[in-house]
Amino acid sequence: MTSVLYIPTDAAALAVGADEVAAAFQAEISRRGLDVQIVRTGSRGLFWLEPMIEINQDGGRIAYGPVEPDDVAGLLDAGLMLGGDHRLRLGPPDEIPYLKAQTRLTFARCGLVDPISVADYRAHGGYVGLDRALAMDATAIVDEVKLSGLRGRGGAGFPTGIKWNTVRLAVDNQKYIVCNADEGDSGTFADRMLMEGDPLSLVEGMTIAALAVGATKGFIYIRSEYPHAFAAMNRAILAATEAGYLGPSVAGSGHAFTIEARLGAGAYICGEETSLLESLEGRRGLVRAKPPLPALKGLFGKPTVVNNVMSLATVPWIMANGAQAYADFGMGRSRGTLPIQLAGNIKQGGLIETAFGLTLRQVLDQFGGGTATGRPIRAVQVGGPLGAYFPDRLFDTPMDYEAFAAVKGLIGHGGIVVFDDTVDLAHQARFAFEFCAQESCGKCTPCRIGATRGVETMDKVLSGVERAKNLELIDDLCQLMTEASLCAMGGLTPVPVLSAITHFPDDFNRAPLLAAAE
Amino acid sequence: MSGIETWSAARASEIIAGQQHLDGATLPILHALQHAFGYVDPQAVHLIADALNLSKAEVFGTISFYHDFRSKPAGRHVLKLCRAEACQAMGAVALHQHCRTRHGIDWHDTTPDGELTLEPVFCLGLCATAPAALLDDKPLARLTTGKIDAQIEGLSR
Ligand SMILES: Cc1cc2nc3c(=O)[nH]c(=O)nc-3n(C[C@H](O)[C@H](O)[C@H](O)COP(=O)(O)O)c2cc1C
Ligand code: SF4
Ligand code: FES
Repeated sequence: MTSVLYIPTDAAALAVGADEVAAAFQAEISRRGLDVQIVRTGSRGLFWLEPMIEINQDGGRIAYGPVEPDDVAGLLDAGLMLGGDHRLRLGPPDEIPYLKAQTRLTFARCGLVDPISVADYRAHGGYVGLDRALAMDATAIVDEVKLSGLRGRGGAGFPTGIKWNTVRLAVDNQKYIVCNADEGDSGTFADRMLMEGDPLSLVEGMTIAALAVGATKGFIYIRSEYPHAFAAMNRAILAATEAGYLGPSVAGSGHAFTIEARLGAGAYICGEETSLLESLEGRRGLVRAKPPLPALKGLFGKPTVVNNVMSLATVPWIMANGAQAYADFGMGRSRGTLPIQLAGNIKQGGLIETAFGLTLRQVLDQFGGGTATGRPIRAVQVGGPLGAYFPDRLFDTPMDYEAFAAVKGLIGHGGIVVFDDTVDLAHQARFAFEFCAQESCGKCTPCRIGATRGVETMDKVLSGVERAKNLELIDDLCQLMTEASLCAMGGLTPVPVLSAITHFPDDFNRAPLLAAAE
Repeated sequence: MSGIETWSAARASEIIAGQQHLDGATLPILHALQHAFGYVDPQAVHLIADALNLSKAEVFGTISFYHDFRSKPAGRHVLKLCRAEACQAMGAVALHQHCRTRHGIDWHDTTPDGELTLEPVFCLGLCATAPAALLDDKPLARLTTGKIDAQIEGLSR
């Protein structure tokens, strides 16, 4: 019997040599005349163990990692294909503490299946949700999503079912499902992993959304920094089309639905939903004033669902297992699971999907295992470039939308970036303004001009020029940006800035480097 | 690496014709042109405007809004270095300084021999294996100065 060797093609695994490992295995398998088939999967998201390979034994998997090309011959000598002992042997992946402590719903198949095989997808529970949805009417599907408590994973946390209902009720001859796969936040990679590792779950989620609101066409807007995810998504769309799950009659139901993947072009603001729609229509990504809501007048002026990758890819699980089963996870008004992305200066970075409610400290200690540099953690930024910098004394905040808002932070897309004690928060605050200045769409003055003023003023603070006065100026500027910006780009840039100033005041009072050298 | 063809208006029109049926075809067309020629030649503006029934100002406005589109050819290889926070936390600033000094170029510049162009990006989704980069379409992670120098030296000349 052919045995199977699983090697990830996830971009982060490729970045640390997965292709070289696969090539070394291919060569060694041919040389030894072994009956082994290599299947390329996504990643499980345990990135410090990548490239992590797996074999199948008695229906269970055994993992090894991190593997380098030089390890290949030794692994085969040690009886890799039978789960043989080796210093890189990690055992059954589900038993690795990092994975064992997680609740994988959205990411259940990621790293396990062949991403472009509809048969493999079905064998692991795929399309059960769609089958169920096809037997329901639109209202019932929307109600199920409402009941699950699912909130948008793109950043704002808006209830997905309520958005769908608005689109469902809108009367028009054309409606769209738009998937926001712009994933611009630094420190985030969950959308990328899912598109590379289990793209069919996104296809299925969009198809269920289409049934729920009466849409016939979907677009996935993927940032151009993700060439691998774009390629994986296109292959999955093709596979689903060939299997009859997309096209003029989805799974023989008579409902038409097709999906096109589109590339962004390197603009952070195009993650904002109205800017994204402008971009899809072929224009500059200028943010639109709301109302009208995209749900009523979205893409090409038609009613449009805009949802994040993870919001949509979670829907198949909800439909397959029931809304209540999903809502049973979580805390407060944050129901279900949150795929956390642990990154930056951390020993064990990766994807951590758990029920809402874990504290920041639990994530950092139990999963992260300290910094990569071995120095103490001094600050973490949660929620991307518009998220707050937290000091140790706030690490006991639970990961929950409301609890984070209460300490002037945001969960956003679930990214956590860790810094050790060499970080200078005054420089990070300057960077927040610089980023906003570079990526602002330019439509409104508080953001366009404010961010540039912010950089200039921070430069004065950094070089010790009239510090107190300039910090006061920054405070005023932040207030103006918060209150008068058209969208959250300008509106939230003050969050990282003010959190840095509030929680790390010492960094804004250091002797300037130049003066110290004199 | 893309951009192997030299600019030709006839070829550009062909590429535009291949994409213009798409809804909101502007970005797909611009990507296709840049893929073929390595940049979007200013002469393409009126071709796109004519094909999509847009004004030249609209097309030009779109091109200039996005960081991706170049108006002149890049080097034979493009190195995109991540400047965002997770990479900063792992020493990206010093790494980038090293690259700029070693090749004697700043962001967006190309080395005089036309070999390498340096571009900043904000996040490649490789943040758990920072610092990260994209060399042409090859993702690189856990970069050190030695590792990145070896990658660049290893490029076929
Ligand atoms: C500056 C800015 C950037 C954003 N970037 C993203 C992004 O990269 N991905 C995303 O899904 N949502 C992003 N959003 C949120 C979207 O505007 C929108 O809320 C989201 O796509 C809705 O989907 P959801 O309800 O499923 O989260 C961004 C918002 C702002 C203001
Ligand atoms: S806040 Fe900034 S990004 Fe948002 S609309 Fe205004 S200028 Fe554009
Ligand atoms: S922050 Fe550098 S890859 Fe994400």
